[in-house]
Amino acid sequence: MSVLAPENTKGKVRESLFSRTGAMLIMAVGTVYFLTPIWWLFVGASKSSEEFTSTNPLWFADFDLFTNIGDLFAYRDGVFLRWMLNSVLYTGGAALLGTLIAAMCGYALAKYQFRGRELLFNVVLSGVLVPATALALPLFLIFSKVEMTNTFWSVFLPSLVNPFGVYLARIYATASVPDDLLEAARIDGSGEIRTFFKVSTRLMTPALVTIFLFHFVAVWNNFLLPLIMLSDERLFPVTLGLYSWNTQVNQIPELRGLVIIGALLSITPLVIAFLFLQRFWRNGLGAGAVK
Amino acid sequence: MTQATIVDVPEGTEAPPRRSGAVRYGRAVPFFVVPFGLLFVLFYLLPIGYAIVQSLYTVERTGTFGPAREVFGGLVQYGRVFQDGPFWSSIGRVLVFGVVQVPVMLGLALLLALLLDSGLVKGRRFFRLAFFVPYAIPGVIAAIMWGFLYSPNLSPLKPVTSAIDFLSADFVLWAIANVVTWVYVGYNMLIIYSSLLAIPAEVYEAARIDGAGPIRIAWSVKIPLVMPAIVLTTVFSIIGTLQLLAEPQVFRSFSSAVSSTYTPNLTVYSTSSVPNFNLAAAFSVVLALATFVLSFAFLRFTQRKGAR
Repeated sequence: MSVLAPENTKGKVRESLFSRTGAMLIMAVGTVYFLTPIWWLFVGASKSSEEFTSTNPLWFADFDLFTNIGDLFAYRDGVFLRWMLNSVLYTGGAALLGTLIAAMCGYALAKYQFRGRELLFNVVLSGVLVPATALALPLFLIFSKVEMTNTFWSVFLPSLVNPFGVYLARIYATASVPDDLLEAARIDGSGEIRTFFKVSTRLMTPALVTIFLFHFVAVWNNFLLPLIMLSDERLFPVTLGLYSWNTQVNQIPELRGLVIIGALLSITPLVIAFLFLQRFWRNGLGAGAVK
Repeated sequence: MTQATIVDVPEGTEAPPRRSGAVRYGRAVPFFVVPFGLLFVLFYLLPIGYAIVQSLYTVERTGTFGPAREVFGGLVQYGRVFQDGPFWSSIGRVLVFGVVQVPVMLGLALLLALLLDSGLVKGRRFFRLAFFVPYAIPGVIAAIMWGFLYSPNLSPLKPVTSAIDFLSADFVLWAIANVVTWVYVGYNMLIIYSSLLAIPAEVYEAARIDGAGPIRIAWSVKIPLVMPAIVLTTVFSIIGTLQLLAEPQVFRSFSSAVSSTYTPNLTVYSTSSVPNFNLAAAFSVVLALATFVLSFAFLRFTQRKGAR
C-alpha cells in the first residue's frame, strides 16, 4: 500500500517535504469544508433561539442541547419521535428484508443454471438504471387504484425492491461461495435452501452488510415516494417531517429551532453507524466498480 | 480479491453446463427467485408499464362542467410535453448543472483519492472518514442545513453571504450544486480510492524503475487503471443530476428563485398535484428515457474510446 520508495537523495527529500505540505494543506481545506456544516449544526442545536441569532454561529453559548431536545420531543405530542420510528421501520425494515430477498435472487443467479437466467439478470440489470424517482408517480397511481395510498405499505412495499442488490449479490456469491462446498453439502444430504441459510449466507455476510448499506441509503434518500404517497403526517419518515416543518418556518418561527435540533438527531445515528461500517462500504464499492 | 474473481468469470449466454444439474435442484430456484421476481414485477415493471399506458390517455369533459372521462389520446400528451417550455428549460437547467457540477465533484473526488493513495498524507483513516461523513446525510437534511448557512443573517459566513446573495436567481443553481457536491464527493472518492487500492504494487514498481515520479505515475498509471471506477461514478452522477428533486424542493422555502418547475422532477411533481396525471406520466416517461439514453450513450462513448 505504501507507494513511495525510501528517499535517499537530498533533492528528493526537499521535493517530498514540499509535496507533503501541499497534500496536507489540501486535506485540511477538505476537512474544513466537509465538517464545518456538521459542526455548525451541532453548535446551533445547543443554543436557545435568541442565542442562535445573536451569538457566534460556530461557537457555543449556554449549552441548552438537552432542553432543546426535550422541547422537540414534547412538541405536538412527540410527533418527531413518531417520525424517527417510522424512518427506522421504512428504511431499516425495508433494507433488512430487501437485502434477504435480493441476496436469494442473486445467489440463485450465480449458483444455478436455469432457463431464463440471463434474461432475468439482464432485466434486473437494466432496472439498476431506472431512477427511483421515475417510479414514484406511477406507483402512486397504482396504489390509488387499490385505495392504498397514504398507508405505511404504500411506502414500505416499493422500498423492498433493489436491483443493484441483486447485481452485487450475484457478484459476491460467485466470488465467495465455492461450488465444491455446495457439492459437499449436497453429498451430506443438506437441501439447497438449508445450505443457503446455514452455509452460504455465512460466507456472504460481509457482502450482505454492504448490500444492506446500499439499500438503506437508497430508501433513506428516496424523498419523492413518501412526498407523493403520504398526506397523514403521522406516517411521515423523519426527512419528510422535517421538510414539512421547514416549509412552515416563515409562518411559525419557533419551528426553526426544532428543525435544527431534529436535523441533528436524525443524522447522528447514521453518521455513527457509517463510521463503524466503513470497511463494508469500501468492499462493496470496489466490487461495484468492476464492470 | 473479489475483483480478480469477477473478471475471470465469462458469462456468455451459452455458458457450458457446470456439473450441477438444472433438473436436480430445480425446485430450489423458484424459492430463491420468486420473492424478488414478484416484487420486481409489481413495483418496477408494472409501474413503468402503467406510466406508459397512462401517458397515452387524456381527460375529456362533455361541456365545461361535465363529468371527466379518460379517453385514449395516442401521443397527445407527448405533443404537450414537447411544447412545454418550462419542462424543457428545466431539462436545460439540469444539463448545465451537470456539465459543471459532475466534473467538479468527480475531479475533487479523484484528487482526494489520489492524495490519500500517494503516501504523502498522514492520518489517512481520519481524512477518509471525515470526507465520507456528509454521505450519511440525506439530501433533504443537507439542503436544509445549507439553506441556513446561505441565509444572509444566520450564516457563519456572514461576510460572504452579505456580499453575495447565494439564494438569488443568479446563484441559487450553484448553491444547490454545492450541496450536492458536499454530500457526494466523499462517496465518489471512496469508490475511486477502493479501486486504487486494488492495483497491485508491482505495477508501480515497474513505472518507478522507468523513472516516473509520483505525479507522472498518478497521471499515466493510476488514472487509466481506475477509469472503470470513474466511468461508473460518472454514470451514477448523470442519473442523479437528471433526477434532482429533494434539494431544489427544500430550497423553495429559502429562495423564491426556485420555481415549481425548476427541475424535471419538480415539474413531474407539480403537474401531478394539479392534478394532471396523464401529462405527469408522459413527463416521467420522457425523463426516464432521457436518463437511460444519456447514461447508455456515455457508457458506449467511453467503451469505444477504451477500445481504440
